[in-house]
Amino acid sequence: MAKGAAGSQPKMIVEGATKFYATQSGSVHALDNVSLEVREGEFLCILGPSGCGKTTLLWSMAGLHDLTSGRVKLGKDLITKPHREIAVIFQDANLLPWRNLLKNIALPFELKRRRPDMQRIDHLLERVNLKGFEHKFPPELSGGMQQRASIVRSLAVDPSVLLMDEPFGALDAFTRDEMNILIQEIWMETGKTIAFVTHSIAEAIFLADRVVVMSARPGRISAVYDVDIPRPRSVEIQTKPDFIARVLEIKARIDRGRVRAPGLEVA
Amino acid sequence: MDKALGDKIPEFNRQAVADEPGIAQLRLFGLGGSRTHLETIVIALVAVVIVGGAEILLRVLNVPQYIMPKPSQILVALYTEWPFLWPHLLITLYELFVGFAIGGAIGFVMAAVITQFPFVEKIVTPYILLLVTTPMLALVPLLILRFGFGSEPRIIAVALASGPMVMINSATGFRRVDLAKIALARSFGANTFQIFTKIRIPMAMPMIIVGLMVGSIFGLLTAIGAEMVGGAEGLGNRLTYYSALIRMPQFFAIILILAIIGISIYIFFYWLGKRWASWEA
Repeated sequence: MAKGAAGSQPKMIVEGATKFYATQSGSVHALDNVSLEVREGEFLCILGPSGCGKTTLLWSMAGLHDLTSGRVKLGKDLITKPHREIAVIFQDANLLPWRNLLKNIALPFELKRRRPDMQRIDHLLERVNLKGFEHKFPPELSGGMQQRASIVRSLAVDPSVLLMDEPFGALDAFTRDEMNILIQEIWMETGKTIAFVTHSIAEAIFLADRVVVMSARPGRISAVYDVDIPRPRSVEIQTKPDFIARVLEIKARIDRGRVRAPGLEVA
Repeated sequence: MDKALGDKIPEFNRQAVADEPGIAQLRLFGLGGSRTHLETIVIALVAVVIVGGAEILLRVLNVPQYIMPKPSQILVALYTEWPFLWPHLLITLYELFVGFAIGGAIGFVMAAVITQFPFVEKIVTPYILLLVTTPMLALVPLLILRFGFGSEPRIIAVALASGPMVMINSATGFRRVDLAKIALARSFGANTFQIFTKIRIPMAMPMIIVGLMVGSIFGLLTAIGAEMVGGAEGLGNRLTYYSALIRMPQFFAIILILAIIGISIYIFFYWLGKRWASWEA
C-alpha cells in the first residue's frame, strides 16, 4: 500500500510531441502536439482507438524513435535513446523463441554486460508463479505465462519506469483479468512508475490513477480522467454502477471525437 | 534516428517469419521424428531386400561387371583398394573443407553486410544470381591454366560454387527483420553489434544452416567435377581412372564413398539445425 497518494512530482514529461512518419504513400501524422506528465509512482493509462498514435507516443517515451518535434524528459535527462531507468513491456510478450525462459530473462543483463541477479530473478519468478518453468521455451508456454516472463525480464533490471504497450491485448478475457490483478499488485509492491497503453476502456479505468484519452489522426490528447477508486481494486468492481458510469463517460467522449471528424484528414 | 529500428511505424508483421522456407527444408526423407521399433525393422528390411535383390538379380542374369558390378564386388573392391583410395579421399576432403570454409565465410559475411544496405543488395544481387546459376565447373579449365594442376584451382572452384549458395540463403535469413525484437534489444540498451549477434543471427540461423548445407553439397559436386577435369589426384580423378580401365567395382566403390560423404554432410547439418534452430518448428 505504498502508493496511497501518488506523488505529484512529475517523473516523465512529454512536451509538444509531434510525429510524422514518411511512408511510400506520403507522410502520416501520427502525433500532434501531445503534452503530458507521468507522476512519480503513478499508474497512468493511455487509452485510445487503434491508429491514435499511442504506441508511437510510448516508443518516443522509451527513446526507441525520434519525434519530429517536441521532447521527452525523464527527471532531468532528455530522452533521445533508451534509458536504463526505463523498461518496455511489449505486445505479445516478445520473448525470443530460441532462448529458454531463464535465458530470455537474462537477456537485459547480457546486453548490459552484467551478471544476472539470480536472487532477484528467482524471487520475481516465484512472485509471478513461474518457478519450475525456467528451462521451457516460449512456444511451450501459454500467452499469459509468456507475458509474465516478459514482466519478470523487465523488472529484473530494476527500472524505475515501466512502459507497457498493450501487453495483455492478445490474451483471453480471464487471463487478462489475472494479469491486470498481477500488475496492480506488482505496482503496489514495487512503487514503479507505469505508463500503460491500452484500447480497453475497462482495463484503463481498472488499472489507472489517471486515464489519458487520445483521439486518432492525428493523435491528440482529448481528455484526462482521474480515477479515484480505492486500491487494491478487485475484478468485481468492474460490475459496479460507478465503474460502468465511468466507462460510459469515456466511451461517449471517444465516440464524440470520432463523429466530429468524419472524413479524417491525413496530412 | 535509431539505425537498427529505422523510422518505421511500429506495426509488427507477425506472419513474416512463419511463412518463409526454413529449417523445414532439412526435414527430408522423414529423417526427423521418432520411429517405432517395427518401423525401424521394416526400414532395415527394405534396404536388405533392395541390396540383396540387386545381388541376386545380377548373378541370375549374369550381368558383366563392366555394365553393373554386384554389391558384393563393390564391397570387396572398397576393401582391397582402400589403401590406394584413402590418400585421394583426404585430398578431396581437404579441397572441400578449405574451399567451403573460404567460400562459406565470404558468403556469410557478404549476406550479413549486404542485407543491411538495401541499395547495395540491389546492385549485387544480379552477380550473385549469376554465380549461383553458372556451373563453376566451367571455370576449372581456366583456373588450371592459371594455377596449375594442384589443389588450388579446385579449392577456388569449390569456394565459388559454395559461397553464393551460403550467401543467398543467409541473406534470406537476415532479411527477416522482426522490428519488435530489435526494439526489445534496443530498449535494454543494445548496440548495433549486439543486435546483430543476439537478434539478427539467431533469427537468420535456420536459413544460414540451410545455406551451409546446400553450399557444402555444391562444393562436393564441384570438387569431384574439378578433379575429373584435370590433375592427377582426388576421388574425381580416380573415377575417370577406373572407368578408363573399366574397373567398375572400384569405380562404384568410389561412388559409395561419395554417397557416404554427401549423407554425412546432410546428417551433420540436420543435427546442427536441431541444436541451433529447433525453435523454428
